[in-house]
Amino acid sequence: MTEYAYDRIQENPKFQALVKRRTRLAAVLAATMLVIYFGFILLVAYAPDFLGTPIGNGVTTIGVPIGLFVIVAAFVLTGIYVWQANTTFDRMNDEILKELDQ
Amino acid sequence: MSALSRLLPAGAVTLLPLPVLAQEAAPAAAGANVPAIIMFLVFVGLTLVVTKWAASRTKSTADFYTAGGGITGFQNGMAIAGDYMSAASFLGISGLVFVSGFDGLIYSVGWLVGWPIVLFLVAERLRNLGKFTFADVASYRLKQTPIRILSATGTLTVVAFYLIAQMVGAGKLIELLFGIPYLYAVILVGVMMMIYVTFGGMLATTWVQIIKAIMLLGGATVMAFLVLWTYDFSPEALFRTATEIHPDNLSIMSPGGLVSEPIGAISLGIALMFGTAGLPHILMRFFTVADAKAARKSVFYATGFIGYFYILTFIIGFGAIVFLMNNPEFFVTTTGPDGTVTYDMKTSLIGGTNMAAVHLADAVGGSLFLGFISAVAFATILAVVAGLTLSGASAVSHDLYYSVISKKQAADADVIRVSKISTICLGIIAIILGYIFENQNVAFMVGLAFAVAASVNFPILVMSMFWSNLTTRGALIGGFVGLISAVTLVILSPAVWVDTFGNAAAIFPYNNPALFSVPLAFVATWLFSVLDRSQDAENEKAAFGPQYVRSQTGLGAEGAAAH
Repeated sequence: MTEYAYDRIQENPKFQALVKRRTRLAAVLAATMLVIYFGFILLVAYAPDFLGTPIGNGVTTIGVPIGLFVIVAAFVLTGIYVWQANTTFDRMNDEILKELDQ
Repeated sequence: MSALSRLLPAGAVTLLPLPVLAQEAAPAAAGANVPAIIMFLVFVGLTLVVTKWAASRTKSTADFYTAGGGITGFQNGMAIAGDYMSAASFLGISGLVFVSGFDGLIYSVGWLVGWPIVLFLVAERLRNLGKFTFADVASYRLKQTPIRILSATGTLTVVAFYLIAQMVGAGKLIELLFGIPYLYAVILVGVMMMIYVTFGGMLATTWVQIIKAIMLLGGATVMAFLVLWTYDFSPEALFRTATEIHPDNLSIMSPGGLVSEPIGAISLGIALMFGTAGLPHILMRFFTVADAKAARKSVFYATGFIGYFYILTFIIGFGAIVFLMNNPEFFVTTTGPDGTVTYDMKTSLIGGTNMAAVHLADAVGGSLFLGFISAVAFATILAVVAGLTLSGASAVSHDLYYSVISKKQAADADVIRVSKISTICLGIIAIILGYIFENQNVAFMVGLAFAVAASVNFPILVMSMFWSNLTTRGALIGGFVGLISAVTLVILSPAVWVDTFGNAAAIFPYNNPALFSVPLAFVATWLFSVLDRSQDAENEKAAFGPQYVRSQTGLGAEGAAAH
């Protein structure tokens, strides 16, 4: 019975659409995180003077908001994924599971 | 004199049993030690009450490993933060900011960026496929015995390195903060964690981690608030004063020497980013929630708490610069023949630069707040070691005893008994290792734990969930290639080959092997899976379809245990 259910879901176009959308979003967000973090590390390694540029007449350098941006970006990216999953993916998933009962 | 420096001589030189020490230390440390000890006792008392309550609810294996699966997403997010934020990140990163300013931020960022990866690649599918350990997922359609042994080896290796670093750090810190001799401090930590885990299982461990997260986030928030308050909540004013006081002046606002060499920095970045998604004690936390939705939410909350915490450590580090560096009372000083007092602002902080946050608590909040932050540091260590021990014990009892030795035939009660015995054995081993490694440099060990997690656990987990052509042979060879290459390269690295073994030059130039060992593990896993033409391999590939549907939809996933 369960094997049968798994086979049916796998052939359901809605399942394929869900997996495709979710995988694409996760891949894009993961790639964004990689680019932001390793971009930051490469800036530190190759352009320390740029990060050390003071903002206006202050002592605060441009590196401080950029570093904080990486931290905030990690949180925002997880937020985007969770929001999409709560609103869209869960609904698609429920529909797929409901169709099994029919 | 600062409160901490008053108590130090008493603890540093005495090696007498505890009651005698307490008497001797009492006059010297009356101002500081007492609030710290009272608050520590309150924490211990509270956690023991929680453990007693948890023990009455811990009856089945599901209770012991996953708290019955009844933890909410928010609670689990807190507990993950409590499991992950170690005393090393609290004291170490604020100390790093104290010495080098901006460089501390570079370091702290690395410890956060693994969390989105955990969410995007692992959390939901892990919850949908597994029951108690990540090995459940890795071995879902592969052969139980070899994959369980590999996963348990990966788990126990990570736990051992992580535990050694935590125990040595704990012993030193508690020796310093409470005036307890190193060995007693290590035994105290070991015994406390054995009590939490043996009696209260995952439920007690979870609540110890939640209480600790609240204490740590609360304490750090108050400290950062008091620092910023002094500067009318203007970070610019804080940074300006810091650059005027710090001997390196304006250069503390720019990247310094921490990342001078990009390959090493990228290698560490890979270990942190992918290692987080392979830490067994973190992965285990996703089985404590009801479903994939709660697993996903818990990463979101955890990322928020941990990110917020790292921003606080940056402010705390700068606060330490402005509040401590001009005060000789916080430093080991030398008095010259003409009576002038001199000290090195960057290196001679009493107890070492890792004590920056602790001294700052004294400076901004007095001895009562110092006591609170000391208790927080202790609580932090206990929460982390309890999580590590529980995941080690579950690898022994669930993966090795139940799945491999008993072929999934053992009764619940027997498995729980084995779990408790392994917890006690792990606790004793942790105490012994903590004692042996007292005077070794253990700073590289957490990095090594992340490297092994990224090179063994992460590849087999991700490949088993996403790649249909993975076979037992591929996973087994790939996993051990990752393990052996990670450990070998660390032994040949400057941190071990030069600093520990005393050789002149390192054979492998980088301190973190992940840039090499992670791709090596993936390539070996792929190659030996593709070359595997056995009938077993065909069956394993065919079993991917149903597994994939379950991992994506949650159909057939383990539900929360009924109570």
